[in-house]
Amino acid sequence: MPSPALDVQAAREPIRPAGPPDIRDRPPRPPSARTPARSTAWRRWLSPLAVVVIWQAASATGLLPERLLAAPTTIAATTVDLLTDGTLPTAIAVSIQRVAAGFLLGGLCGVLLALVAGLSRAGEHAVDPIMQMLRALPFFGLIPLFILWFGIGETPKVALVALAVSFPLYLNTFAGIRGVDGKLAELARTLKLSRTALVRHIVLPGALPQTLVGLRQSLGVAWLALIVAEQVNADAGLGFMINDAREFLRTDVIVVGLLVYSALGLLTDAVVRLLERRALSWRRGFLSA
Amino acid sequence: MAARLSQRVAGVRDLTRRFGDRVVLDGLDLDIEGGEFIALLGRSGSGKSTLLRALAGLDRDVEGRLEVTGSVAVAFQEPRLVPWKRVGSNITLGLAVPDAGERARRALAEVGLTERAGAWPLTLSGGEAQRASLARALVREPELLLLDEPFSALDALTRITVHQLVVQLWTVHRPAVLLVTHDVDEALLLASRVLVLDGGRIAYEAAVTAARPRHRDHPELVSLRTRLLTVLGVTGDADDVRTA
Repeated sequence: MPSPALDVQAAREPIRPAGPPDIRDRPPRPPSARTPARSTAWRRWLSPLAVVVIWQAASATGLLPERLLAAPTTIAATTVDLLTDGTLPTAIAVSIQRVAAGFLLGGLCGVLLALVAGLSRAGEHAVDPIMQMLRALPFFGLIPLFILWFGIGETPKVALVALAVSFPLYLNTFAGIRGVDGKLAELARTLKLSRTALVRHIVLPGALPQTLVGLRQSLGVAWLALIVAEQVNADAGLGFMINDAREFLRTDVIVVGLLVYSALGLLTDAVVRLLERRALSWRRGFLSA
Repeated sequence: MAARLSQRVAGVRDLTRRFGDRVVLDGLDLDIEGGEFIALLGRSGSGKSTLLRALAGLDRDVEGRLEVTGSVAVAFQEPRLVPWKRVGSNITLGLAVPDAGERARRALAEVGLTERAGAWPLTLSGGEAQRASLARALVREPELLLLDEPFSALDALTRITVHQLVVQLWTVHRPAVLLVTHDVDEALLLASRVLVLDGGRIAYEAAVTAARPRHRDHPELVSLRTRLLTVLGVTGDADDVRTA
């Protein structure tokens, strides 16, 4: 008689070459433990699919008129058209350039200011009150001022993205630096680490997890800021494409633009998550241990 | 080695430390000779760790004279490995010598962690982490090794192994050791001199001469245990009360 413990072993390792005869003589078992997980994952696609089917049916029967929302098939066809005639690639390229420029500028400022504030009390007193006050400003409300200052070209859009990006990165990096375990700072003293070495080996890597949280937040905000900035006055980019479509009641083009925005947002988020996995592998080791 | 044994590595005179109105160290005097193994006992709150922190240079608010002539290394109660540095890099952290890597390899081999050099600290067991912490302290070849209750969080079996390791490392490298502990048996098994801290001063002092490895039934240790427990204010059968 096989014991229950051996039974479990057989289920876990169905192709174990060597083992007690009573295990080998059993017919190989299907990996039944995995089947439920796979089928539930598949079931999660059912309800979104149902929504699309109902949407399509409503459009086809005229229940949902095209001036309110285009049919999924129309949207798909429009996507192909916009891709082939080059409208969509050009618009995406322009928008990505704006986000990238604003993100780099704002991210750099946010992290640098966080370093100044985080690494010294004097820096904190100089930088933090100003950042906290600016943070309280509704930054979309700054658009009129930005137009007066920077005109209606690329600069106000990039500036708005930069401003939006800098706060999450500043706040999280600052909190990350201040949250570094004081016991490790004490250890650094007993190891006779210089201040530079302390910052390099203890403070910055210690703040990194929180900074990456800030990075994800700021990328989300970056796309949001871009969408708002592009609504105001633009002659190119995704926002321009959407606004232009509104003039002609092209709800299909509007939906394509929105889908592209969300796809780009998801893509940048995935990039940060990948970055997180590589940079924080010391934590992953902990989780898988 | 004889020269090193006779040399004083730390001298403390009239050391006082106040936390607000509370006087934790009150005019404490202590000399630490090179190569001796001191166990510092005391009830909780008696200032054991305060004294160790002062010797480690982690407490700048002490009054009195504090002279530490030798190089110092510390192993803390929690191993304090830097979690984002692999074990090997933890050993070499702040070690500014050309052959740091080779020395780290030797130190890890001594504590039996050669295979774990590339591991992340969070994947180590409690005993492994504490051994890595010892290796990090010893790789600096300190003349004074400060141990702040480094065994208290280990399970009983691991503790025995690490005790033996510490005695072995001390025999080979001969740093002066100041071990802060609340475990009377641990003090008796390891130390060459046992101090009891009470009222902010060294209230009791005894040499332990029994040969190592020691057994806790050794007559010298048995009689010393009873005396230490009395000094520490623990009454009753010494065999029932293993820690104070």
